[in-house]
Amino acid sequence: MTPSCPWSENSVPKTGCLGLLGGALLLGLALGLPLSAGAGEAKPMASDPALEARVMVIAEELRCLVCQNETIAASNADLAVDLRGQIRQKLSQGQSSQQILDFMVARYGDFVLYRPPLKASTVLLWVGPFALLLLAAGVLMVNIRRHRQHAAQRELDPAQRLRARQLLDQTGGPP
Amino acid sequence: MKRYLLPLLAFLVLVGFLAVGLRLNPREVPSPLVNRPTPEFRLPTLADPAQQLAPKDLLGKVWLLNVWASWCVACRLEHPVLVDLARADLVPVYGLNYKDKRPDALAWLEKFGNPYQQSLQDSDGLAGIELGVYGVPETFVIDRAGVIRFKHIGPLTPEVLRDTILPLVGKLGA
Repeated sequence: MTPSCPWSENSVPKTGCLGLLGGALLLGLALGLPLSAGAGEAKPMASDPALEARVMVIAEELRCLVCQNETIAASNADLAVDLRGQIRQKLSQGQSSQQILDFMVARYGDFVLYRPPLKASTVLLWVGPFALLLLAAGVLMVNIRRHRQHAAQRELDPAQRLRARQLLDQTGGPP
Repeated sequence: MKRYLLPLLAFLVLVGFLAVGLRLNPREVPSPLVNRPTPEFRLPTLADPAQQLAPKDLLGKVWLLNVWASWCVACRLEHPVLVDLARADLVPVYGLNYKDKRPDALAWLEKFGNPYQQSLQDSDGLAGIELGVYGVPETFVIDRAGVIRFKHIGPLTPEVLRDTILPLVGKLGA
């Protein structure tokens, strides 16, 4: 790995790399001003609202690889704009959503899909959380059972009860 | 003693996950194009826009395709590596000048040296999309049959070149 910052992104063609400090600053800004996040959302093109709506439905399913936590619909990165253009063009050529998604997967891999398909390489992704949940539930049940057994064993025998009564009497009993 | 064992075990598992996870680069997404034929496109060359070149024209030789742009700062970082590689004449390097302006690109090569046999002008970035490019620079190793054998995302380092790319090129029979 390079010691410096990552390579320039499509989103910042003219400025280049922000560096660690810049990144930290941006992060701070993002955390401090969560409301501003929606302000930069991509505006649909007004030319054909029906087509744009369809473009956006597909774009919502796709991850922007430049800014990985954004959809192609929400991102203003150059690449996202270009890919929306591709979707628009393919839709007007009469391609189906599935054909367009396949086109993207063929180039960028399953990673572009916000809902990746279930297959050998993604099994952990799909099953993992449920497996962890089951595991946690199992541990919880064992613990509860053990706790109950413990509580049952803590019952006092008659001799201990007598001794306790005596101690309480000595000090005058409960107030 | 036993009551500490489970938390300790959980902690070690967590440490293990973090140790692996923190070393991974989330930007390095495996490309589905590796071991697939190079996508077809035909583009004007940077030196002479009247002349066109396609990956198909390079069938029969092993070559590197380096995606670069004059606006890409990290490209400047890797550039000396490419210039050295070209000087050593180990494998031909072709450039894909991604979403750039011709005068800027030419000035850039003038200034930093031109390691490319040819650069193709991908001014609208469509060939980039065909290649699944999402962060310049990117470098592809392409074999004699025109199949992409390896993709490196981000700036080339002498280490990547020495340990991965050149041995692969050697194996492919450059």
